[in-house]
Amino acid sequence: MEAINIIKSRFVPLPVENIDTDQIIPARFLKATTKEGFGKNLFRDWRYKGNNENQLSQFVLNDETYSGEILVAGRNFGCGSSREHAAWAIKDYGFKVVVSSAFADIFQSNALNNGLLPVTVSEVFLQKIFSLSNRSILEVNLKEQTISISETGERESFPISAYKKTCMLNGYDDVDFLLNLRKEIEKFENLN
Amino acid sequence: MGKTLFDKIWEKHVVQSVEDGPDVLYIDKHFIHEVTSPQAFAALDKKGIKVFRPQQVVATADHNVPTINQHLPISDHLSRMQVDQLIENCKKHDIQLYGLGHPYQGIVHVIGPELGITQPGMTIVCGDSHTSTHGAFGSIAFGIGTSEVEMVFASQCLLQNKPKIMRISVEGKLNKGVVSKDIILYIISKISASGATGYFIEFAGPAITSLSMEARMTICNMSIEMGARGGMIAPDETTFEYIKEREFAPKEQQWEKKIQEWKQLFSDSDAVFDKELLINASEIEPMITWGTNPGLGISISGLIPVAESIPDEGERNNIIKALHYMGLQEGKSLKGLAVQNVFIGSCTNARIEDLRLVAGVVKGRRKNANVRVLIVPGSQQVAAQVKQEGLDQIFWDAGFEIRQAGCSACLGMNEDKIPAGEYCISTSNRNFEGRQGAGARTLLASPLTAAATAITGVVTDVRELLS
Repeated sequence: MEAINIIKSRFVPLPVENIDTDQIIPARFLKATTKEGFGKNLFRDWRYKGNNENQLSQFVLNDETYSGEILVAGRNFGCGSSREHAAWAIKDYGFKVVVSSAFADIFQSNALNNGLLPVTVSEVFLQKIFSLSNRSILEVNLKEQTISISETGERESFPISAYKKTCMLNGYDDVDFLLNLRKEIEKFENLN
Repeated sequence: MGKTLFDKIWEKHVVQSVEDGPDVLYIDKHFIHEVTSPQAFAALDKKGIKVFRPQQVVATADHNVPTINQHLPISDHLSRMQVDQLIENCKKHDIQLYGLGHPYQGIVHVIGPELGITQPGMTIVCGDSHTSTHGAFGSIAFGIGTSEVEMVFASQCLLQNKPKIMRISVEGKLNKGVVSKDIILYIISKISASGATGYFIEFAGPAITSLSMEARMTICNMSIEMGARGGMIAPDETTFEYIKEREFAPKEQQWEKKIQEWKQLFSDSDAVFDKELLINASEIEPMITWGTNPGLGISISGLIPVAESIPDEGERNNIIKALHYMGLQEGKSLKGLAVQNVFIGSCTNARIEDLRLVAGVVKGRRKNANVRVLIVPGSQQVAAQVKQEGLDQIFWDAGFEIRQAGCSACLGMNEDKIPAGEYCISTSNRNFEGRQGAGARTLLASPLTAAATAITGVVTDVRELLS
């Protein structure tokens, strides 16, 4: 997993609540057997009309005045299906951070397991970000656990488990951690 | 202080705790399917390791399989590749696969319980959010992502933080025409699609314990739709009776031993929950959703809310957006709305009891000419039972199409899709935009309500047909 610490970037706002993983990546694109290439179908049915490649110009990903490595979305982001393809699609598109006032549990785990940082802010701070201009810069500092608005200096801290923070900062992977525990796991099995 | 049912099972499965971090949780059963496992197998191959405990993994093909002509090669190239990949991976890692053509094939959350693999006190995971279904047996069961599938493959464990626990007690008796699907749609409408995020739910109370196992599964299945990691119900005689003598149920002496263990699985009377919710069953009517998340539901005789009356701006915007997508008007009733499709299937409501409920309504009747009705049994075994009981004849006579087992139009991954702009009354679990096909408009309801609507062609209160 890629290590992550400070991300300073413009952001893409999606002020919609309860964005489910079927919107992030519809099921018909889950037939692949690799993790790559899902970014082109990120928010497919909000980005394009029908089965052709006609862009819906009002959707933010099709608006060239918005860019950046930070996606900012309404509360309860990533609800629904456990498909990790949602996290892969967001990452593959080029985002490194997702900001919301609440994340669905499974999405949050999936994001963390892929080096995509979920940043939970207060509803007030979220609305503040939505009111910023498209040229504004956000700075996310994982080590300090803070997110700040460059032009105003407003800042908020965000929660993350100490264990996951270490993993993200160093690019560690839970699988390696668990593989090293195989002996203890065998011991546990023998006792139960 | 007493312990909750959840605590008792969790504590028995903690291998060790990471300092200031998660627990290493041992997983008893791991179900896999074709869509969320290939990348996990590929990651193992890349690391050059084998599945640690293949005998604790059970596989089936369900999400991406056709529901007609399952004996023929899958015509969609990508789908065929994905299903073939599962066959190859299972062979390579010595995993039991109930693939297409096998008499045990079916939706993963239908076959686990019906084969007796799902048992009380277990920890169960699957790369699918509706794994919560298995909690109906008094197990800790939850959906995971593909990275976590890889972790369980590698170590039979997961790193998990213990969630908070909420108890939802449903008191009283259910009204006529009201079934377990209505209970869960009612609860979600009360606490919203995110009201249980961060929690695991224990369902309790007489209206829950009086339900059959299949009805309990419907309730636990949809726990995820209010944001909960999972739902569970303490095992009792109904549970034991269901499991007894199923294919992989414990036998003879082992059975007696297990029963004694399972009888200890309940929340102590002085156990403390992080949150408690009390529901009165008598308030519940047949439910139906009108919006684009499962929390946007009303009783069949109720009215769609008026956006202006919602104080919270975010919630108000959700409602406006949902009404626009669904082509519905605020303040109106759904009764009488013409629907073009009825889907009876999914891990929520495609078990034999669900299909018996449907048959009870449609027997001797014929579907409305403007409606297409798809019945997709949850498993090959359910399909066989349908035939044995002669329900298939009732469905064919009613003009319904009976398909072969799979997830089908619940998620619109195979060819079974609802056309854009059309309404579908569905016994499945999600009414998200495009869930059943791009532009499809889903109304979630019980098998009874779906059956009644199939007959009339318009959203119908089943109680009018029952009386």
